[in-house]
Amino acid sequence: MPKLGHDPQLTRNGELQHLLTLDGLPKAILEQILDIAEPFTEVAEREVKKLPMLRGKSVFNVFFENSTRTRTTFEIAAKRLSADVINLNVATSSTTKGETLLDTVDNLCAMGADMFVVRHASSGAPYLMAEHLHATNRDHISVVNAGDGRHAHPTQGLLDMYTIRHYKKDFTNLVVAVVGDVLHSRVARSEIAALTTLGVPEVRVIGPKTLLPTGVERMGVRVFHDMNEGLKGVDVVMMLRLQNERMQGALLPSSQEYFKVWGLTPEKLALAKPDAIVLHPGPMNRGVEIDSAVADGQHAVILPQVTFGIAVRMAVMSMLAGG
Amino acid sequence: MELPDANGLCEQLAAQIRPQLTPDTALIGIHTGGVWLAERLHAALGIAEPLGIIDVAFYRDDFGSRGLHARPRKSDIPFDIDGRPLILVDDVLYTGRTTRAALNELFDYGRPGRVDLAVLVDRGERQLPISPRYCPLTLTEPLPAGSRLRLSRSEAGELSLRIINA
Repeated sequence: MPKLGHDPQLTRNGELQHLLTLDGLPKAILEQILDIAEPFTEVAEREVKKLPMLRGKSVFNVFFENSTRTRTTFEIAAKRLSADVINLNVATSSTTKGETLLDTVDNLCAMGADMFVVRHASSGAPYLMAEHLHATNRDHISVVNAGDGRHAHPTQGLLDMYTIRHYKKDFTNLVVAVVGDVLHSRVARSEIAALTTLGVPEVRVIGPKTLLPTGVERMGVRVFHDMNEGLKGVDVVMMLRLQNERMQGALLPSSQEYFKVWGLTPEKLALAKPDAIVLHPGPMNRGVEIDSAVADGQHAVILPQVTFGIAVRMAVMSMLAGG
Repeated sequence: MELPDANGLCEQLAAQIRPQLTPDTALIGIHTGGVWLAERLHAALGIAEPLGIIDVAFYRDDFGSRGLHARPRKSDIPFDIDGRPLILVDDVLYTGRTTRAALNELFDYGRPGRVDLAVLVDRGERQLPISPRYCPLTLTEPLPAGSRLRLSRSEAGELSLRIINA
């Protein structure tokens, strides 16, 4: 199979062709996405919340793994751009009958797909799709990664960056802490990659040793195994969801125990800067990684994250579809 | 080609609009030159409603082939447009495609009572059935193909017209 060019996400002219990961995505493109997202936020306030840019295009939301928020916000974003949106819950269809990923792609192309938004439990699945489209001379069809395995969730990372920029304006004087289950989190990987690229001088990860990947320091972060130490003086707290399924193994004692040590309570948050903001990608486990008093408190920007997510996804889709 | 002073043209444009104004008329400038011009007119005409601003980047008919070029800005129409007389303001009228995009965008905010077009210069060579109601200067000769006629604004706020050749 012929491989994609030097950077699988970019065209030869350096424009965005697919969005697969934030790791290695040039700073200029990252900033361009955030800049383009800004005017899209205004569309939500109009009588007709629709722009003509993806008129006549078909966007296929192909979710091999369940998701409500991500799939819905992608759907809203595509619909606000006037695309036809087809939602496939592949988890309950052809794959269970034995169809391969690439056969599914070919079939959806035969139905006239212009863009795929894909979530998959296996890291690299969106990359495989992009490579397959390239090998079969279908470079005009774009792939957007909506979360693959433990690898990446680039639009989540982008909307988090948009949210931080909205409240903090400048990345280059911030201390940002990513808290919780980094080991299993594609969101954490995308966040750390974007924060580093955008010039955040200090990115911290805070979590128990069992939930931090070995060698996490190599991602350019400071590691803390103590909430009280790690949260001191931070501007931004990025919480991660503790995935309930991780409780089964020997990684953690119990959710009550976890909350006691690693849950974000008002007392722990008080160690951060007085104007610190708290992000969470959702869905939240109240009383596990985050206290309700924080989730509903004045520092939380969790619901604005969801709203900004639509504008950011509109920006990505319009960049992929135009030109 | 000798171009007249943009500040003088701006005064002539204001003089053309003034007799037609009604108390509820609002101005909407098209980014970027149209906004500079609309700001001038807004002050000169003493219009009560705040100035509206639109960026037509999301409505351009060449999006499919050219994508988003310049960094698009937020449109901002801080008044209800339903039933209201509007004056769409742009610096230069050429093919008419920008005006078409602006009209499409406007109608996503509501149903204006009427929409008139005010421009500083009409350079002709229309590709769509669009015509300005207010325009102090119409070029009689077409400009060389590929050249652009642009309004610029100095740091002191002075407006000037210039031709950028391809």
